[in-house]
Amino acid sequence: MDFLIFKAPMLMVQASLDGILLGILFALIAYGMALQWGVMNIINIAQGDLVILGGYIAYTMYLAGIHPAWGVIVSPIIMFFVGWALYKLVINKVVDRDLFISILATFGIAIVFQQLMNFIFGADVVVAQSGYGTTMLFDNSVTLPNSKIFSAVISVLYAIGLVIYMRKSKLGRAIRATAQNARAAKILGVDTEKVYAATFGINAALCGIAGALISITLTLHPYVGLPYTVRSFMIVIVAGLGNLPAVAVSGMGLGLFEEFADYILGTEFRIGAVFMLLVFILVYRRFKLSKKREYLK
Amino acid sequence: MNKIVKLFITSISAITLALVSFTSSFAKVDGEYIVLGSAISLTGKYSSNGVHTQNGYNMAVDRINKMGGVKVGGKSYKFEIIYYDDESNPKRAAQLAERLIKQDGVHYMLGPYSSGLTKAIAPVTEKYKIPMVEANGASRSLFTKGYKYLFAVLSPANQYLEVAIDLAVEKNGGKPVRIAQAFEQDAFSQDVRLGILDAAKRTGSEIIIDDKLPKELNDMAATLAKVKATKPDVLVVSGHTKGALTAIRQISEMKVDVPMLAMTHCDAAKLSKQHGKNSEYALCASQWHKNLSYKDKFFGSGKKYDKDFKKEFGYAPPYQSAESSAALLVFKDAFERANSFDRDKVRDALVDTEMQTFYGNIKFGPGGQNVAKPMILFQVRCKGDTCENKVVAPTKWASDKFYHPIPKWSERG
Repeated sequence: MDFLIFKAPMLMVQASLDGILLGILFALIAYGMALQWGVMNIINIAQGDLVILGGYIAYTMYLAGIHPAWGVIVSPIIMFFVGWALYKLVINKVVDRDLFISILATFGIAIVFQQLMNFIFGADVVVAQSGYGTTMLFDNSVTLPNSKIFSAVISVLYAIGLVIYMRKSKLGRAIRATAQNARAAKILGVDTEKVYAATFGINAALCGIAGALISITLTLHPYVGLPYTVRSFMIVIVAGLGNLPAVAVSGMGLGLFEEFADYILGTEFRIGAVFMLLVFILVYRRFKLSKKREYLK
Repeated sequence: MNKIVKLFITSISAITLALVSFTSSFAKVDGEYIVLGSAISLTGKYSSNGVHTQNGYNMAVDRINKMGGVKVGGKSYKFEIIYYDDESNPKRAAQLAERLIKQDGVHYMLGPYSSGLTKAIAPVTEKYKIPMVEANGASRSLFTKGYKYLFAVLSPANQYLEVAIDLAVEKNGGKPVRIAQAFEQDAFSQDVRLGILDAAKRTGSEIIIDDKLPKELNDMAATLAKVKATKPDVLVVSGHTKGALTAIRQISEMKVDVPMLAMTHCDAAKLSKQHGKNSEYALCASQWHKNLSYKDKFFGSGKKYDKDFKKEFGYAPPYQSAESSAALLVFKDAFERANSFDRDKVRDALVDTEMQTFYGNIKFGPGGQNVAKPMILFQVRCKGDTCENKVVAPTKWASDKFYHPIPKWSERG
């Protein structure tokens, strides 16, 4: 197979659109991670499991006869409180501690969540049906599921909403102040405890939205959270903290890279290729940083 | 001080060890009970199929015990199973197998759920020379290691979809076909793939797409776009329940037209229920179906088993339960023919097994796999909004005609 993708240009269009649409969804999850990583200095291993829990909320609605797309409104509300509760129960005890401790704590949360979801929703793989149909382009040679387009649009809307909220609202400003310098913010009267809880809640809410979207575009299973954590971790590593446009670009970029790696290197290497890219980026960054250090000397 | 503590610990462990070895000497047959052991996935990612397996075992134990038990040496014995939850974790399963054998003194084992866990347990049972009849490990590699104490009532994984390729060639007027295939990268799916490679070679067919899906992957859009561009005669997908559900979702959303679609795990994924009409015409490999005409005196026919199982557990038995029940029938038969509880005699009796059960004929090949039972294929067919699995191959049991080719999406309502 000598690179099918170069023989059929329409495949190139299909791959690009698939990559971008999925990338936007991943970027939403990654943005939540970047936010709470930046504010609280916590790497949340349970990120993917929060996503899956959000998905199960939408799936439960679907079972009850409500259209799962409403999940993008209900799920974040419930997940905000789940996040808030998680903060009060566990995260507040590790927030000022070593990064390693927070990784361990969230890893523990991930395991508990997986088992709980397995217990409540069962170990079967499930899907919710949106019935949204398909958009066909270029005489049916490029097909885009409307559910994926819907996900991308919702993700973008929420992301824009969040950016505005962060800029304009009091809480948003408090969150940004805490991210810059928690101690100074505290001295100036910001209730950092509340800011932390809200940040974790907002992150969980973002996961809830993404989960609801995943329930209608991909599949749900109690144990598939980790790939989402890893993916968003990668996006954040590439993009840096607290920079939404960079997160969006890096999410779409990784999505694109993965799709093209599939066509060129083969499906078995697509995830491997993304990790190779990550290693390359990390090495490159280090190289650049070390140059800067020399300059400072 | 330190020395005393050490001495204390050593003596405690010595006593424990002595107690353990002492208790193990009488547990294999306890009074009127023949004790079997099984590590089974009651929690973790295999828990639904683990429970199906356990229900199958329990159903058969009840039935055999009620119908006179196992007759050995003129006396009637009952079956009893010790279960431990292996948490769907191979390491844990191997530990539990050791525990069943060394601490609980179990001398006969029933298999766990899935090829991976069976692979973890088989070296342990082999080491202690414990006969194990398993019903849920189909991976070919289990039967090429030269295991002497492993017996599987199910057909090996490489046979799952071979029939589908033969069927495609037949529909193509005996001419070779062009195959596109996507398999998850795990032991089972890769074995199914080997079967397809064999079938392709045998029929002179060409494999034009051969994608190996990473385990973490839940998106097949790229593979399906390739399928759309190359227009193969048959598309083969195997990736457990996640693979089956993802494939149908994305084939229907991307409007991929293929004349024939063959898969595994359709019934485990409840494909026809979760995807409804979109899953219509999918061809699925299965170990068993209730409409097959096999019979035995314990469960009667497949239909009767289906009815009794529904009454007992409240859901229709998937093939995982049926094959698990069959494992107990095999053990009973072997004990009675061996007329002894000697492990090696039971093992020799198992080697000579040749019987019919409601689940199918059972006869073990040199590697321990069942060579007497063919795989069957069913096709999802819908009437209105209700979809059902109809057996279409082999012809002997076909209740419906195989619908070929699959109509184009533009023509499907």
